[in-house]
Amino acid sequence: MEIFSNILIYFVIVPLLTIGGLALTSNKGIKAIRAVAVAGASVLMVLAIWLVMIFLRERGAGNQADMILTGSWMWYEPLNVKLALGVDGVSVVMILLSAFIVFAGVFASWKMNPLPKQFFLWFFLLSTGVFGFFISIDLFTMFMFYEVALIPMYLLIGVWGSGNKNYSAMKLTLMLMGGSAFLMLGIIGIYFHSSADGQLTMNILEIAKNNAIPASWQMWLFPLTFIGFGVLGAMFPFHTWSPDGHASAPTAVSMLHAGVLMKLGGYGCFRIAIFLMPAAAQSIGWIFLLLTGISIVYGAFSACVQTDLKYINAYSSVSHCGMVLFAILMFNHTAMTGAVLQMLSHGLMTALFFALIGMIYGRTHTRDIREMGGMMHIMPYLGVGYVIAGLASLGLPGLSGFAAEMTIFFGSFQHPDMFHRVLTVAATCSIVITAVYILRVVAKLLFGVVQDEHHRSLTDATWEERLSTATLILAVVAIGCFPNFFIDIIRDSFNPIVDALQALKM
Amino acid sequence: MITNTVLVLVLPFVMFLFLGLAGVKMPRKTAGVLGVAGMLVTTVLAYWVAIDYFVNHPQHEQIIANVDWLNFTPRLVARMGVLIDPISAMMLVVISTVSLMVHLYSLGYMCDHHGHAEKGFQRYYSFLALFTFSMLGLVVATNIFQMFIFFEMVGLSSYLLIGFYYSLPAANHANKKAFIVTRLADLFFLLGIMILTFSTGTFDFDALVGLGNMDASQKAVGTMDGLNFMGIPAVGWALVFIFIGGAGKSAMYPLHIWLPDAMEGPTPVSALIHAATMVVAGVFLIARMFPLYVLVPMAMNVVAVVGAFTAFYAAAVACVQSDIKRALAFSTISQIAFMMTSLAVSADGGKLLGGHEAGLGYMASMFHLFTHAMFKALLFLCAGAIIHAVHSNENDQMHGLHKYMPITSIAFLIGCLAIAGIPPFAGFFSKDEILVACYERGLGWGLWMSMVAGMTAFYMFRIYYLIFFWKKHEVHTEHEPADQPWTMTLPLIILATISCVAGFVPFGKFVTYNGAPLETHINWTVAGTSVGIALVGIALATWLYFKENPKPERMKNAMSGLWTAAYRRFYMDELYQFITHKIIFQGICKPIAWFDRIFIDGFFNKLADLTGNASFAIRRVQGGNTQSYAFVYLLGALLLAAITGVVIVMI
Repeated sequence: MEIFSNILIYFVIVPLLTIGGLALTSNKGIKAIRAVAVAGASVLMVLAIWLVMIFLRERGAGNQADMILTGSWMWYEPLNVKLALGVDGVSVVMILLSAFIVFAGVFASWKMNPLPKQFFLWFFLLSTGVFGFFISIDLFTMFMFYEVALIPMYLLIGVWGSGNKNYSAMKLTLMLMGGSAFLMLGIIGIYFHSSADGQLTMNILEIAKNNAIPASWQMWLFPLTFIGFGVLGAMFPFHTWSPDGHASAPTAVSMLHAGVLMKLGGYGCFRIAIFLMPAAAQSIGWIFLLLTGISIVYGAFSACVQTDLKYINAYSSVSHCGMVLFAILMFNHTAMTGAVLQMLSHGLMTALFFALIGMIYGRTHTRDIREMGGMMHIMPYLGVGYVIAGLASLGLPGLSGFAAEMTIFFGSFQHPDMFHRVLTVAATCSIVITAVYILRVVAKLLFGVVQDEHHRSLTDATWEERLSTATLILAVVAIGCFPNFFIDIIRDSFNPIVDALQALKM
Repeated sequence: MITNTVLVLVLPFVMFLFLGLAGVKMPRKTAGVLGVAGMLVTTVLAYWVAIDYFVNHPQHEQIIANVDWLNFTPRLVARMGVLIDPISAMMLVVISTVSLMVHLYSLGYMCDHHGHAEKGFQRYYSFLALFTFSMLGLVVATNIFQMFIFFEMVGLSSYLLIGFYYSLPAANHANKKAFIVTRLADLFFLLGIMILTFSTGTFDFDALVGLGNMDASQKAVGTMDGLNFMGIPAVGWALVFIFIGGAGKSAMYPLHIWLPDAMEGPTPVSALIHAATMVVAGVFLIARMFPLYVLVPMAMNVVAVVGAFTAFYAAAVACVQSDIKRALAFSTISQIAFMMTSLAVSADGGKLLGGHEAGLGYMASMFHLFTHAMFKALLFLCAGAIIHAVHSNENDQMHGLHKYMPITSIAFLIGCLAIAGIPPFAGFFSKDEILVACYERGLGWGLWMSMVAGMTAFYMFRIYYLIFFWKKHEVHTEHEPADQPWTMTLPLIILATISCVAGFVPFGKFVTYNGAPLETHINWTVAGTSVGIALVGIALATWLYFKENPKPERMKNAMSGLWTAAYRRFYMDELYQFITHKIIFQGICKPIAWFDRIFIDGFFNKLADLTGNASFAIRRVQGGNTQSYAFVYLLGALLLAAITGVVIVMI
């Protein structure tokens, strides 16, 4: 079939095949389960790298289309719903990010217990949703994959989680479902105004080309979709699922959730909310800019007083993801490119953080920094990894956070409007607060004297833990040292949006 | 030349990676020797670059090579590259020299008394290499963004090295403090860059400041014409913010508070980072941007006032400290403030002062940076040798060490004479020119700085006497204190020699703000006065501290309020403690976290409860009980009938 000649579809097929493979294994045969999971994750990784190469080749050959590798197959005729695929630079790097995190996540949950088979099954179903979301350009398909990614989360936290897991799983699912209810309304609204002349469509590119949504409707649809995705992007004041959810989730799920799923929020905000409703974005975007600005500073301040490692990172994520949405609302190439870099950077380093926290927790059985100390003596590998993740988070040059944040700050500050520039200055202050809470944790957890004598007998990382963290560290360093490689891929993808916004100003 | 300069950068970086990754696999001493060998090659290359530059490029033009690193916009590009001009060539020499001395010295210092290398020896050398790389990268930066990057990198290496003994709570606390305070300063630096590039659209120094004339700067300032914020021109904001960035690294008041605490790191690290190189990064930054500052008198005045005040403040605090490393740290702050002031007084009202000696302050500042790096590193390394011998930082554990450690004693004396500005030692020449520049700006500036110079002589000799004389040494340790092994003594001798002769370098021929040689003559009126004041300071110190006597104690009691205030550094740390703990932590962070849990989270929990309760309340409606369905049905039917009846009757 023609559809199978498009590489994009394999990003959905491979996880589904992996699920099939896992279903065939027996629950006792841990080796077979691991083998299938590793095989699936590795194939995805290879595919993602291959996709980047295809993308570079196409662009190199002068293919300037907004989306490449497009294809569309009728799915449900009466509503004109199609399986429409296509990628631009942003989706390509997001797919690459997801592949890295799935790969690292598999190794981080190597000793998953109990029910390893079922765990990986849901884990790969979640990945299916994530990849499906990034490759689709049809609103219906996107929404469907979005839901596919959300539902497994409930089970993954509820069954394999820790602490107050039932409460957290319920809270997370309900809040995200609340978000998707907004989104659903928004999508239906967009659909009914998708075309001026009869043939309604769900295809994002066609909707944008038709540009038929009346400004009065945009004023309703923009907030609906932006909040819908904003909940997932942990926008203030809809972020409270994040600390509890992350704290209870098992390691790999935290990694995938903070690393990729929260990125769906940022990605959706610009791909749907801003791209399809530019007029509303232009006129009421400032409200959300204010909210995201609050997220940045608020999350950072909150992180300063937390004592649970996962809470610290959850609040830190509120701050960093706030920066993503903040930059997207600046409506210029540089800031929006910075937002995507920040998504990559935050995805990788938060995954690294959660992986390390999971590994430390697996040994000490506590995440309270007051009960730990001097871990650098006991587990130097994990300690150094934690310091590197921390430095990436506080934006040290040479690691990913710096390139992303600088691109955001300089891009945002180029905004001609004084209000935006003042907000940028306020957001910039977060680099100091971030340094405060990161160094506080590092000092408490890793340096100083060993708090608990039982900790002295603990061991350092095993080979699969080393592999998992080393993969992420390498990716963090790669973005930090060669930002231009990624910027070249990402930047031009914003031409359509920025052009649409510019056209409005004329 | 470009290749060599790049090699100078690459070599320490490779050393950092190699020792950091493979170091644990090799014997400790091997790692140390490798580190020293790598640094030796780096030093040779750095000297080669500098000599090559000054010999083959008598016009002192800028040599620049760049690669694009981060394209913010097609126009605004952050580049990585090397820029060689007089000041960066000079800095290459300074950094590599001091770094090599410290590398060698550490071979002896980082060992216990049996000569065994300490735990973490490999990590220590790896971090030293990282620092050297970052500092060299900072001075050859071709643009302000690269400078910012390396500002952060030296901050990191400083953090890692201060916290080298990471089990000690004090070190753990000090490195955090150093990083956060300098980060706060770097935030302003970043904001300054953002404002500066907003309208100039470039990071590059050759476009922003150029070399040799003011044209580039004039153009850059021109593009920002008419931009104001709160009544102050944007360019003023930008330059003041950038200065705050520099002030953080260079420990200018009130951002100096991290430096004394940073003395928790190993002493060679203090010598390299917190005395000779990293702390002058701020001075270097202002020197790099000098033409811009000249054109914006407001910013220049801020630099001058902060510099002059810091010089005095730090000197006053240094007079009463009992921990020799802290005393030296405050002396460093004071001396860096001299360099800052010297830069700032060389212009007034948008024009350079001094007629045919225009830019003397700039030259003097760089000269002092050079000589200070040598003699301050010497003083710190001597302090390290003493601390290694008596196992204490407190001067009441020392006293009378001259008999036991003659080489160290003489080296320390040379350092003191140099910093006090006694001819013919290095400090005399550079400080004299700074004072000339100050008098050029105004009599008040000159007198103020002369007074601080006198205080410098006093507190240095106070430390000197309290360490080496005062009274007979009481041996507290199992060994008698003695001069240290050759690895530690050799650097002292080399640095002492440099401190003796460096003043005779015709510095004005090499390093000036515009590359044109500057003939300097010693102004004997100024020189005579300053030497006189220094001698008075030394005499006073000798009278009070040479031999044990009750005078210092009586003096302390007579002015106990002032003495305590100075000893507690005029309560700056308490003030910061209050702001960070009471206001920011208790007053902002805690309430926000509380608000988040109680209000935001509470709201969503209540929403869920409400939904739950509501559905619980109305569940009976769908109870499945046929009788109650029938009853409600009947009730409804009757009600409907009644209403219908009433309506019909009314019609």
